[in-house]
Amino acid sequence: MSDATEHGTVLHASDLVAGYGEVEALRGVSMELRAGEMLAIVGPNGAGKSTLLKVIGGTLARTRGTVELFGRPLDSYDRRALARLVATVAQENNIAFQFSVLEVVLMGRAPHLGAFHFETPHDLKIAHSALEHFDLLALARRPIQELSGGERKRVFLARALAQDAKLALLDEPTAFLDMKHVADIFSRFRDLCIRRGMAVIATLHDLNAAALYADRVLLMKDGVAIACGSPESVLTAENLRNVYDTEVYVGRNPASGALIILPAAPRA
Amino acid sequence: MSAAVDIDRGRDAALDAFEGAYLTRGRMILWLLILTAALMVSLIVASAFGSVRINLIRAFADSSSADHAIFFGARFPRVLMGAIVGAVLAAVGGALQALVRNPLAEGGILGISGGAALGAIIALVLLSRSPASDAIVPIVAFGSALAATVAVYRLALIEGRLEPFTLLLIGVIFNAFWGAAIMLVNSVVNFYYAHSILFWLMGSLEAPTYREVAIVSFFAAIGFIVLMTRARDMNLLSLGDEAAAEMGVEVEQLRRIIFFATSIMIGAAVSVSGIISFVGLIVPHVLRLALGADHRLLLPASLIGGAAFMVVADLIARTVIAPAELPVGAITALCGGPFFIYMLRREGRRPFSL
Repeated sequence: MSDATEHGTVLHASDLVAGYGEVEALRGVSMELRAGEMLAIVGPNGAGKSTLLKVIGGTLARTRGTVELFGRPLDSYDRRALARLVATVAQENNIAFQFSVLEVVLMGRAPHLGAFHFETPHDLKIAHSALEHFDLLALARRPIQELSGGERKRVFLARALAQDAKLALLDEPTAFLDMKHVADIFSRFRDLCIRRGMAVIATLHDLNAAALYADRVLLMKDGVAIACGSPESVLTAENLRNVYDTEVYVGRNPASGALIILPAAPRA
Repeated sequence: MSAAVDIDRGRDAALDAFEGAYLTRGRMILWLLILTAALMVSLIVASAFGSVRINLIRAFADSSSADHAIFFGARFPRVLMGAIVGAVLAAVGGALQALVRNPLAEGGILGISGGAALGAIIALVLLSRSPASDAIVPIVAFGSALAATVAVYRLALIEGRLEPFTLLLIGVIFNAFWGAAIMLVNSVVNFYYAHSILFWLMGSLEAPTYREVAIVSFFAAIGFIVLMTRARDMNLLSLGDEAAAEMGVEVEQLRRIIFFATSIMIGAAVSVSGIISFVGLIVPHVLRLALGADHRLLLPASLIGGAAFMVVADLIARTVIAPAELPVGAITALCGGPFFIYMLRREGRRPFSL
């Protein structure tokens, strides 16, 4: 482990520019992340949130800027080494054949296993624990294609958990999920942050979830970072009005004191 | 965490509950043994029966008997070749399906066998009966299979997405194109070639020599061993290119390896047997339903199951209108056509957005 890891810096990215063909989706974003931190990326559609995740995860080439993961340049990792450190859950998760839920979660162990190694009891225990945490044990034997969208999302989150990585990149992890599972998933990842020092970056449309669960929020628009900091400092009515171009009410939950964000545009 | 604490809780009962829901070494060995037994039975039965009735005891006891000559000189090498060709086609089908993430893919349907056939025919005609032709033809067939594979794959890839129906249509067009090119070659060669090309194109296993069997087995073995080293990566590829890359797979490298290995295998098979369709479709599909989708088991199971399937199909081809015989490709196409339509309609109900 390098010094940077000991000091807790997981990610250091500066001046990232990337896009698809002619379109620049990301136009100079810099960010840092420390071990144990949960960062939410919020912003309107097309702000560059998913693009940022892909650049950090190494699946989309950047045209400018640098990314350092755990004190080493991103480009110095080979794919397998990277997969042992970074687990990604995409927005959409499809799978071509009839794998069982358990098989998909066990795929998370692949970066840790040789080409001819079968999963050991240790790997199965990890998969079991991942399934248990996302309330999936009863579904373990079911073909993944028979599951609902929300159940399938949880399977892929469990797979990321089984990957046993130090950084999780979650693109809209709570889309399709009901309230209970949203709460479960965030408390699960928070727990991992606190106890295992995992770092999490999640893109979110749900601003209330970002306010409630994230340590820091990165607010993006048109490929640039508008603000970054504590939820209270970033998720202000003024910032949100500017970024989303609509009226927003920001208040407090009278019971818990947590931030509450509501759309406040008048009814025509 | 506490990973340890967390994981220790009630694990044994739970691991028992997982039994059969994932691939273990024991389950893999068991299934491969069962399939091998089925293959052995099919080999024995197919060698014993044919258009001419022979006495098996005399075939083994008396090496100067006609029974011996028929059994070891004609029937057994043919049955063996059938097994190898079936093994190759089914294993390649399984690997191509992983490559394009689509259970409808197969060497014949995608137009890869057709490309290999064109190359093989040109090589056959040019080399005529030169002594090295039986080793060179498979290599030329491999080269043309590879070119066809890469062409079909690249043309079907639109903005980085592989739409299943685009892929199948490209395959249809390639097959029409190869067919026309083969007819062109066929019309300029003499009658002797023309007849044998036509019969061979339908997929036949007529009278191979042991040398040919050995050459095809050699290429098949190389290709298959290479594929097996990537079986787990093929599982991850089912998640999509991007997800597979995030799970540690060098996707572009994996793709090239599958292109090469499957092309070597198809080239070898086509150079001796012509185009035998649908084996690569039916066998992996049925085995996937029975054994699960894990390619570490699916590929070797398809290899053995495909061998058994082809041996039986060839037995039918040899005996159903005896003493005349059908090309074995006609038997597989008669079974495979309806099966393909059934699968197409079934798959069509499910969106395959990948």
